[in-house]
Amino acid sequence: MKTLKNILGLHFSTVILFGLCYPLFIWGIGLLFPSEANGLPLMKDGNIIGFENEGQKFTDPKYFWGRPSASDYDANANSGGTNLGPTNPALLDAVKSRLDTLLKYNPKVNKSDIPIEMITSSGSGLDPHVSPQGAYFQVPRIAGVRHLDENALRKLITANIEKPLFGLFGTERVNVLKLNLALDKYDHK
Amino acid sequence: MSKRKKNIKLFEKEIVITALKQSFVKLNPVTMLKNPVMFTVLIGTIIMAVVSFLALSGSGGSLGTPGYDLAITILLFITVLFANFAEAIAEARGKAQAESLRKTREITPAKLIDSNGDITVVNSSSLKKGDVFVAEAGDLIAADGEIIEGLASIDESAITGESAPVIREAETDKSSVIGGTKVLSDKVHVLVTSNPGESFLDKMIALVEGASRQKTPNEIALTILLAGFTIVFLLVTVTLKPFADYAHTVITVAALISLFVCLIPTTIGGLLSAIGIAGMDRALRANIIAKSGKAVETAGDIDVVLLDKTGTITIGNRKATNFYMSNGVDNNVLIRSALLSSISDSTPEGKSIVELAEKNNIKVSESDLKNAKFIKFTAETRMSGVDLPDGTQIRKGSWDAVKKWSVNSNGNVQSLEKVINEISQKGGTPLAVAVNKVVVGAIQLEDIIKPGIKERFERLRKMGVKTVMVTGDNPLTAKFIADAAGVDDFIAEAKPEDKMRYIKEEQKNGKLVAMMGDGTNDAPALAQADVAVAMNTGTQAAKEAANMVDLDSDPTKLLEVIEIGKQLLITRGNITTFSIANDVAKYFAIIPAMFMVAIPGFQTLNIMRLATPESAILSAVIFNAIIIPLLIPLALRGVKYKPLGATAMLRRNLLIYGFGGLITPFIGIKLIDIIVRLFV
Amino acid sequence: MNNEIIGVIITFLLTVLIAIPLGKYMSKIFKDEKVFTDFFAPIERFIFRISRINPDEPMDWKQNMKAMVLLNLVFFFWALILLLIQQWHFWNPAHIGNMEPTLAFNTAASFVSNTNLQHYSGETGASYFSQLLIMVFLQYVSAATGIAALALLFKGLVQKQTSNLGNFYNLFLKTCTRILLPVSTVIAILLLLNGCPVTFNGPQDVHTLEGKIIKAATGPVAPMIAIKQLGTNGGGFFGANSAHPFESPNYITNMIEVISELIIAIGLVFAFGYYSGKKKLAYTIFGAMAFVFITFVSLNIKWETGGNPVINKLGIYQSNTSNMEGKEVRFGAPASSYFSIVTTSTSCGAVNSAHDSFMPLSGGLIITDMMINAIFGGVGVGFLNFFVFLIIAVFISGLMVGRTPEFLGKKIEAREVKIAILVALLHPLLILAGTGISSFLAAHNPDTGWFTNPGYHGFSEMLYEFSSASANNGSEFAGLSANVPFWNIFDGLIMLFSRFLPIIGPVAIAGFIAQKKYIPESAGTLKTEGMTFGIVLLGVVIIIAALSFFPALALGPIAEHFLL
Repeated sequence: MKTLKNILGLHFSTVILFGLCYPLFIWGIGLLFPSEANGLPLMKDGNIIGFENEGQKFTDPKYFWGRPSASDYDANANSGGTNLGPTNPALLDAVKSRLDTLLKYNPKVNKSDIPIEMITSSGSGLDPHVSPQGAYFQVPRIAGVRHLDENALRKLITANIEKPLFGLFGTERVNVLKLNLALDKYDHK
Repeated sequence: MSKRKKNIKLFEKEIVITALKQSFVKLNPVTMLKNPVMFTVLIGTIIMAVVSFLALSGSGGSLGTPGYDLAITILLFITVLFANFAEAIAEARGKAQAESLRKTREITPAKLIDSNGDITVVNSSSLKKGDVFVAEAGDLIAADGEIIEGLASIDESAITGESAPVIREAETDKSSVIGGTKVLSDKVHVLVTSNPGESFLDKMIALVEGASRQKTPNEIALTILLAGFTIVFLLVTVTLKPFADYAHTVITVAALISLFVCLIPTTIGGLLSAIGIAGMDRALRANIIAKSGKAVETAGDIDVVLLDKTGTITIGNRKATNFYMSNGVDNNVLIRSALLSSISDSTPEGKSIVELAEKNNIKVSESDLKNAKFIKFTAETRMSGVDLPDGTQIRKGSWDAVKKWSVNSNGNVQSLEKVINEISQKGGTPLAVAVNKVVVGAIQLEDIIKPGIKERFERLRKMGVKTVMVTGDNPLTAKFIADAAGVDDFIAEAKPEDKMRYIKEEQKNGKLVAMMGDGTNDAPALAQADVAVAMNTGTQAAKEAANMVDLDSDPTKLLEVIEIGKQLLITRGNITTFSIANDVAKYFAIIPAMFMVAIPGFQTLNIMRLATPESAILSAVIFNAIIIPLLIPLALRGVKYKPLGATAMLRRNLLIYGFGGLITPFIGIKLIDIIVRLFV
Repeated sequence: MNNEIIGVIITFLLTVLIAIPLGKYMSKIFKDEKVFTDFFAPIERFIFRISRINPDEPMDWKQNMKAMVLLNLVFFFWALILLLIQQWHFWNPAHIGNMEPTLAFNTAASFVSNTNLQHYSGETGASYFSQLLIMVFLQYVSAATGIAALALLFKGLVQKQTSNLGNFYNLFLKTCTRILLPVSTVIAILLLLNGCPVTFNGPQDVHTLEGKIIKAATGPVAPMIAIKQLGTNGGGFFGANSAHPFESPNYITNMIEVISELIIAIGLVFAFGYYSGKKKLAYTIFGAMAFVFITFVSLNIKWETGGNPVINKLGIYQSNTSNMEGKEVRFGAPASSYFSIVTTSTSCGAVNSAHDSFMPLSGGLIITDMMINAIFGGVGVGFLNFFVFLIIAVFISGLMVGRTPEFLGKKIEAREVKIAILVALLHPLLILAGTGISSFLAAHNPDTGWFTNPGYHGFSEMLYEFSSASANNGSEFAGLSANVPFWNIFDGLIMLFSRFLPIIGPVAIAGFIAQKKYIPESAGTLKTEGMTFGIVLLGVVIIIAALSFFPALALGPIAEHFLL
């Protein structure tokens, strides 16, 4: 009986302390950093047009495309990868069909220009990045659709490359959503 | 010491034949159950026999082909037999050893004294505890017992191998007699101390015969470990069936059972009891009767050893090593006086004085001693000596006594006093010599440390065993000898209670203490010690209290016991390691063989390049079987013990048995495969 | 690529650098010594007062384990009942419904056992209330249960002839308040500053560039991620776990998360050294663990950066041929490989990439890591598991040098060996029997619909699932559709068994050891430290793990590898 009292007492006090007080304390600190606490949203006209770190689906040829996504960039449910095993024929089929699609929409491009991440799906289904090459090879297509100079587009990409911190921590990458925002802005001019 | 030749060859014909018979007798499942590892192999054999039979009626798939199945069945059966053989041969050797002891206790007539005091001749086997019998010159002692009346010289060579007769006397510490020994002179009354079949020797024989062999705690722990491995590998094999079903791979029952038998630690499982029996056997070979296997094993863990100085560390008696004269005394006068006073002194000290004098070329003729009157040593005077016919009085004895007697000495006393002190400080015992109440000099008596004993203590120190010398000497002398002999500690002016106190003190600190003793007053300390070896010459009380009896009554035997104990554990540990390390190679033989047909890529894992899946599995099973008899000599002789530090020894054994266990089967299986290929 | 590998090396070095002082700090907590966090004392005293607990009351191992089991039983029912009535929770802006009973059972067992295997997806399966008052709460207390149990073991090992192992309640609460709370608060704030959300606003409308309006899940993410990583829980807020941009927005957060997974586990090894005064032994243990860890990391990076030959043969851009299926560009293959080994070494189970899509051998490696389950291991329990191997190693090496085995001056005898063997056996037993049963079912009902991947990889998925459940890891080869009653119930039971028996066993051993006489070291005592003993230790770990699982691995990952 005494043990039961001990245990229930300990249970409810820890529920309150760690299930309630702790997250609310962090939430309170979040109030000081409203943008971060909301996942770094990008705003336009009072609407959220996306999150800095969350990938968005691009199928329009005038935009840079991101990586294949198992969930089709559904940000509200079932994030995750395809979970296809490396020897699964379905994986090879998927990869081949992605490659074909990319080649179809980028007729001026060779297979050997298409980097691996553009034909494999990401871990989250919401990967915001591609490698610099993943953006560069799309330049001819976008230049064609938007009637822009290819070199200018390449410069735009180069300007948007995120470098690893201290050259050590991370990879060279391009945030597709941010790049497309920059692209729209550049095209407007 | 002339030891009775006791080394039985490892594979003597008779023993092998007995062991072979026993290997089949031991197939009895009830007996097999005691060894869980080998029991599962027996079950595997039976299953394989059934499978071979079913395969005859012609069904393929997981049943395999009848010939191959039969081959595996036979190999498994041989594996079981080999394991049984290992145990049987250890037992047979132990029995043979015991037999040679038992011969001494064949039925002999005994002169029983009945309640009326009459003597009747009965069979020795009918003697009971509490009976009293008479033994005279020429008789064999009918049973173990204690002399309650009289004294006799006895030939114990049948038991101990020591040819010199020993004196046994009632009411001394040497009152004990052993059945089967022979009375050479005089007549004694002996009280029987054990019922037939219950003497130490009987117990020991039963122990090596395995009848009452109990597993020691370490053996139990190891059996649990091995049983654990067996269960895991049983599970590994059993679950492989559904795994393979899922993967649409056919695995034959023969392959599964072969994998199982190869993976479980059959090598150590088969040899475990042989190692234990062989350990007891080795003790017996060293003329030690252990009351239990546990005692032998505990000996390996001993931290502290209590050793009596006299007889163990030093040669029984002190020896004269030097003469020191007083100022103005001629050297020859001193030596001559010393010699004269000692010539009829039959104590070892006296004899050694005579020897030393003779070395200095001083001799006395018979005529010098004619009508001389010898003065015996008494506790009161603490001097002995001689009164010569010419009126010269010579005395030698302890300094205090001689000083008191030598009233005419004057100045000599002071100078000699200094010498006397020096002798004491160096661990010697000074004997003063005086002629006509004038001190003439001193004789230095010294303890002679046994040759080789220092190295032995060094060995013990490396094992982590602390040596403690027990002596009645004063602390000064004790320290000197302790340093000279290289013991770690000493108890000076020791009384039996001191030993007891020391043991308890060490035990309180978690140490295990071993001691040897013979007297009745040693009994409490013997009972307290973790390993207590009683000398066979000792009293019944001492033998009762001890857990081992040394038939040779050799005080340094304790050191041997410790090594035997360690060897026992080491042999077990290293064969276990070897056995388990073997599994790696067996995996590389069997796993590719199992899957190669369905998944050709597994050929990559066939690093031994074994010919076919069948030959691979057969080779692994054959290796697994023959490694048992190949290791029997190691199990019986024991892994050699080297007094290295624990870490160094671990490194060494890991290299030999761990790494060796990893490599050996790769080579062995490959070689067997080359041969098997010729037949399959 | 090279800079990414250097990044991984620096990450590990940083982890050890943080773990050492943390270990010293934790050992002080366990010893009730003065520390800078003593300002929590009034809160603790208050909790003890209202719970009528005397934190100084000495308890033996049985009393302690009874307290531990009963406390966890209450946690379990709290979670189970609340999950069954989820639709009525407040703080449920997405209107998430009740959990199906077997799923609720699985989830409760999973979080109580520090496993955090999730057969639901965070976005659609759990209310904010559940995420905080069940998941976050259990992530705290389950981690503290493991650490407090280990503290009991520490005490048992240094005690001399007493049955007192300390007080579980005291150690439990202080672990929560002094270790987990301060450190995870720091981590949560760092994550928050990097864009890990903390909000109760529910799903947000997003007007995409291409003109669609979609919903994006958010929530009080940062506080959960912090304790999920630190307590080696691994249960994420979102289905994608640490691959999700809101759980780990960038490489730095990935580093923070992967470091937090390891610091307590490594710190506890050092804490053992500080606590017992046997620093060299602690280094030996750390060395043996680090050896396996570094080997695994190296191999995994090698195989993952080597990539999938089938895809690479298609003639694509060749400057990076890593296996990027299921990986995030911002982390890259090396950091994802490193994360996968860290998460399976510790029983964390958080993932920043899809393990199911790893190359066969690297997938096999992370399964093996869970099969060993003692390379650093889950907080507290990792060391407890390793202790079992330690006892077996001490026993075998003791025999090899001819002495009844001793550990820290106490004799290791049949009873201790028996318990150690039983605990060591449990893990292979659960994994092999579980996989055996499910293989049997799958082989006889080809239409289970469990597998995303056919053949050997499907087998690996089952093997992974049971290894993960039994190791209390919680990561998955997520291609297995495990949210069915069979897996929910089976996994749930396995998680509970494999959680509590391996805690009770070692603590019982510690209880027995505590009562033994202390034997001072002599030249004959085998020093359980240094290279040689380390090798024996590794041998035991490898033999028990590798030998018992080799056939299973052969039919899964290895067989699959031969298809490439």
